[in-house]
Amino acid sequence: MSDNLAVDAEHLGRVYKLRAKKTQAKTLVALEDVNLCVPRGELFGLLGPNGAGKTTLIKILTTLLAPTTGSARVAGFDVTREPHAVRPRINMVSGGEASGYGLLTVRENLWMFAQFYGLGSAEANRRILELLDVVKMRDRLHTKSSQLSTGLRQKMNIVRGFLTDPDVLFLDEPTLGLDVGASRDVRAFVRRWVDEDRSRTVLLTTHYMVEADELCDRVAIINGGKVLACDTPSALKRRLQRQPIFHLETTPLNGQVNVFTAIPGVQKVTHKEADGRSTLELILDQEQVISAVIAEMERRQIGLVTLAKREPTLEDVFVNLVGRSMEEVEHVNAPASQ
Amino acid sequence: MSMPLRVSKDVGWRLFVRTVAARAYPRLVGQQREPAGAFLDVFLPLLGLSAYVFVYRAIDAPEAFVGFVILGGAMTAFWLNVLWSMSNQLFWEKETGNLALYIMAPNSLMAILLGMAIGGLVSTTLRAAAIIGLGTWLFGVRFSVSDPALLFAVFALTLTALYGMGMMFASVFLLLGREAWHVIGLAQEPVYLLSGMYFPIKSLNVWVATGASLIPLTLGLDAIRQIAFASGPATGFISARVECLALAVLSVVFLVLARLMLGYMERLAIAEGKLTESRG
Repeated sequence: MSDNLAVDAEHLGRVYKLRAKKTQAKTLVALEDVNLCVPRGELFGLLGPNGAGKTTLIKILTTLLAPTTGSARVAGFDVTREPHAVRPRINMVSGGEASGYGLLTVRENLWMFAQFYGLGSAEANRRILELLDVVKMRDRLHTKSSQLSTGLRQKMNIVRGFLTDPDVLFLDEPTLGLDVGASRDVRAFVRRWVDEDRSRTVLLTTHYMVEADELCDRVAIINGGKVLACDTPSALKRRLQRQPIFHLETTPLNGQVNVFTAIPGVQKVTHKEADGRSTLELILDQEQVISAVIAEMERRQIGLVTLAKREPTLEDVFVNLVGRSMEEVEHVNAPASQ
Repeated sequence: MSMPLRVSKDVGWRLFVRTVAARAYPRLVGQQREPAGAFLDVFLPLLGLSAYVFVYRAIDAPEAFVGFVILGGAMTAFWLNVLWSMSNQLFWEKETGNLALYIMAPNSLMAILLGMAIGGLVSTTLRAAAIIGLGTWLFGVRFSVSDPALLFAVFALTLTALYGMGMMFASVFLLLGREAWHVIGLAQEPVYLLSGMYFPIKSLNVWVATGASLIPLTLGLDAIRQIAFASGPATGFISARVECLALAVLSVVFLVLARLMLGYMERLAIAEGKLTESRG
């Protein structure tokens, strides 16, 4: 166990017992054999679809949930055996949370949470003003939190997380509900916060590829409770660079997607229908395979609207690892999680 | 070696006191910011009490019974506060995401509960005082306090034991989901009967009255009636001094049990994954 690690998880697993209607107790494996090492000073991303196990992992690391198997240390302390040593050193912000009290103003809510960490009132009020300036909502200092829009409320939550200057900050989908501009501001602030003091660490979960790609030093791709890959975004994408990726827009396929997967040399196909067109992303073994794809389209009288070769993204890495796009995985998971 | 804390933060008893004050704050300012709610909290119970007053007067019950009703009505405010704003409060805190933040912070959950209790107690005392003041003025209640110091001690110990019981229930409710609402509903009405909210508890069977004495309101109301009304001692269940002593014991028992159960339930909730969402 290195002293330099902010988060160190070994063989972490979590199984939930679900209520069964009659006799048999059902279980749900939310996390399975997760191993993670996050050094201090890193902005680390957990990328995966809804239901992948990201939030379960965060709950364990923030001492809110006991693991069924394995162990984890945060800021040098065991989350199960030494939660009281972990807690002063961490904080967490979740996307879309409704914490605080609607009757209290923004300042009062933030002051209250600062007190729970033992921050003096003067210091808390000073930091509240500083951080509200950063998220551009100082003018809302005396607004009741029940009168804030979803986006402003989330900004208040983000201020709450940074207020106690934690050693390890957990951000669970922090930009959920924020508009494009506000998300960009929050991302820039998170990056700056880590960069200005390299003993600070952020573990961020997201299902936004761009967020993980732009912001994180390293990214772990998680699905079905398992970590499938963990590396820098560029290293993850480099894995696919030998496999050309083509973006195609065609006339409607009318259910003929399988013809592409049947072409030798086509590794993965993702497909969307919108505005009377089909959009395809093809990962190929080699560039020449695109000729066979076009030939097959001609044979089946599928019209080609645009064709472009592009650089791999983290979405492609996910598709390559899981076999489906993140959106497709979420769609498949949705009925089971209700 | 672990990382040192970056910002100076209080620990130990200073953190405990800060947490208590911070969690009491929303309850204290909440009342001021919802004056319409505070008015209804006083006015509506007075309507209910009036019915009992008119019944007692219609049957020519001793005039002291009117005072018993007003006193019972004031103490009802504390019982409702303990049930709805203490016992099942952690369920609502869980639903809004506050509970996870409370647990994850370095404070003690006991300090959070104590803050809730003190905030609720102070704001409810103002409401209860308003009920007694208005009820006394409207119905001409005559108090005759025989021992002010004992009255204060009984009142303080009744509330300590009552809110201690609320804190103990809160820890049990940590594991409950939406069913908490129904359990609270079940607990509300029987206590009106068992605690002798509007009549002397002596009227019940002695064994029922003894069992009901585990509810701090029962002993508290009985003792306050004996001390605050001239005809009170004649209707008393046992001596007010003995009841005061019993309330002191109940206060300690409930607070210790609350502390122990809260620790146990917190560990259980973390193990079962029930701190952050309702399952089922």
